[in-house]
Amino acid sequence: MDFTIKTMADYAAEGKSPEVLFWVGCAGSFDDRAKKITKAFCKILNKIGVEFAVLGQEESCTGDPAKRAGNEFVFQMMAMTNIEVLNAYDVKKIVTACPHCFNTLKNEYPNLGGNYEVIHHTQFLKQLMNEGRLKIEGGAFKGKKITFHDPCYLGRANGEYEAPRMLLEKLDAELVEMKRCKTNGLCCGAGGAQMFKEPEKGNKDINVERTEEALSFEPKIIATGCPFCNTMLTDGVKHFNKNTEVEVKDIVELLAEAEDL
Amino acid sequence: MQYLDNIIFLILLVAGFGLFGKSLFKIYRNIRLGREINRSDRKPERWETMARVAMGQSRMVKRPVAGILHLFVYVGFVIINIELLEIIVDGIFGTHRFLATIFGHTFYNIFTATLEVLAILVIIGVVLFFIRRNFYGVKRLTMKELFGWPKNDANWILIIEFALMVAFFSMNSSDLILQKRGVLAEHGSFPISQITLVPFLEIFNFDSGFLVFVERFAWWFHFVGILFFMNYLYYSKHLHIILAFPSTWYANLDLYGKFNNLDSVTAEIKLMMDPNADPYAAPAEGAVAEAPSKFGAEDVFDLNQVQLLNAYSCTECGRCTSVCPANITGKKLSPRLILMKTRDRLEEVGRNIDKNGKFEDDGKKLLNDYITKEELWACTTCNACTEACPVLLDPLSIIFEMRRFLVMEQSAAPQELNLMMTNVENNAAPWQYNQADRLNWAND
Repeated sequence: MDFTIKTMADYAAEGKSPEVLFWVGCAGSFDDRAKKITKAFCKILNKIGVEFAVLGQEESCTGDPAKRAGNEFVFQMMAMTNIEVLNAYDVKKIVTACPHCFNTLKNEYPNLGGNYEVIHHTQFLKQLMNEGRLKIEGGAFKGKKITFHDPCYLGRANGEYEAPRMLLEKLDAELVEMKRCKTNGLCCGAGGAQMFKEPEKGNKDINVERTEEALSFEPKIIATGCPFCNTMLTDGVKHFNKNTEVEVKDIVELLAEAEDL
Repeated sequence: MQYLDNIIFLILLVAGFGLFGKSLFKIYRNIRLGREINRSDRKPERWETMARVAMGQSRMVKRPVAGILHLFVYVGFVIINIELLEIIVDGIFGTHRFLATIFGHTFYNIFTATLEVLAILVIIGVVLFFIRRNFYGVKRLTMKELFGWPKNDANWILIIEFALMVAFFSMNSSDLILQKRGVLAEHGSFPISQITLVPFLEIFNFDSGFLVFVERFAWWFHFVGILFFMNYLYYSKHLHIILAFPSTWYANLDLYGKFNNLDSVTAEIKLMMDPNADPYAAPAEGAVAEAPSKFGAEDVFDLNQVQLLNAYSCTECGRCTSVCPANITGKKLSPRLILMKTRDRLEEVGRNIDKNGKFEDDGKKLLNDYITKEELWACTTCNACTEACPVLLDPLSIIFEMRRFLVMEQSAAPQELNLMMTNVENNAAPWQYNQADRLNWAND
């Protein structure tokens, strides 16, 4: 990165607090592909001058995969630890690029004592755009065919379908909807801790089924808003040997590209 | 002997409703075997949800063909049952078309004409449903999991409804001819009978005695049919016509993504994290020793009452299964089967209680004997099933509770998930990375 990423501890040391805490998440921190999403998001925030911080070494898994696998103990241990850290910094607003972190922080932390305004990065970017702080000109994508895959934990689980689409429309691209979209969206196959295990026996893998549908529209780009969907669909595209023709990209990466960041 | 009809009628009526009440009580008793759950909050929202989803059928029309046909049958069923009121009064007091005297001429004409239109829509609905289910090959209706009773049950319902409507038209048609001949007083308007069955019957020029017999036979058939149908409900997926209402009222109103946090675990973790807590402290004076609780669900007793109500309310339409990503890709999981198996087990427990007075251990459990681990671990918790259900049932919550049991009581997660959970616990990430490396990306 050609600028410094500040942590909450840095801000606290200066006696200040940032506008928003960027919750990076495990995938965004460690997964090589997802790190690119993290960086793209930081670049955009940096460009338009949003003061943000990350927790860095103080961040832990939100506990989502453990919870959905059925391990309430591990989940609550992570949750309580995170809440202690967040409350110690008096965090008010959290943005994250992972719908699983987003869902857990927003819906499952409050009754454990963690009350924050939690938003998904697409919602945050939409806010910034509505406030006139973020301007996007999508010349690079003009006329390119893009299809958006709804992450279950952003869409069905939390009812957010519009923010990602609104951002994509700003790119002047040709947005095509899959038959299974919005409330009828099909899972990428990673949710509910499936990411961390082999799938049960069946005819095919879920990500292959989903990618097949996306590829049937012959898009240039499959857009996502979740690092796990990103991995699953990237694997799906490779399965069909289409990885030279079709890119799987997070929306924030597309915006960063449009801005040539 | 003059009152023989009335007496037989009354006996049938009392027996029919009595048996039905007994079935309903059994369902109520079985549902009460589950854990209590507080879903009496946000009442206005609950009434609104029930009105919109159960009465208003708002989710049925997402699949327009099935939705509209279902609407025909549903509206017809509800309104035609107003006629049951007339049948009961006529049957007890030996009157004929009693409502005519109350409604007045014009309104009774409108009433009977409306019923006829609705009845023909019901016939259209059930005939198309029958064709669709048996010959058209809608995948979710022809899946192997429905073979046997569920399939036959579905067909029986359609056949019974068809027969009831045919009896209704036979009754009206013979009545109308008799009215024209002056044998019966003129009451009502029967536009559909007038153009269909009446001209057909008139060809044969039956004598009035025979027509009186047909009218009476159809009337009795209709009445006995309704009583039979009502009592058949208990053995059928058709129970949803009643239980869809409480199921939607008690539905989960939270966002789909919000899974409940176990309070017992919260207390434990707080104790763990509190540096001043004394883990060996004796319980407070007078504190009642809590019954040892179980994490998650192994059997129907561990599920909550709304989940058990859901199991009885499921009409096996399979909209959930047809959108389940695991099922679509050939895995064993079927959300519909989760509910059906829960109900089967609950019914088995109910029969056990009927026989023994209380539940005697039968060596079986919902887990493994009915629902396998393979099904449970195939779920991506994507909520497509809950979104698809026309009456807001929640098969995912059952899957989730059973996973909790597998993990927290039996430590029986798949090995890879154990590894993931260990990583989360030790490294604060699902992968084996060092927490100290979390910000490395910033310096790449």
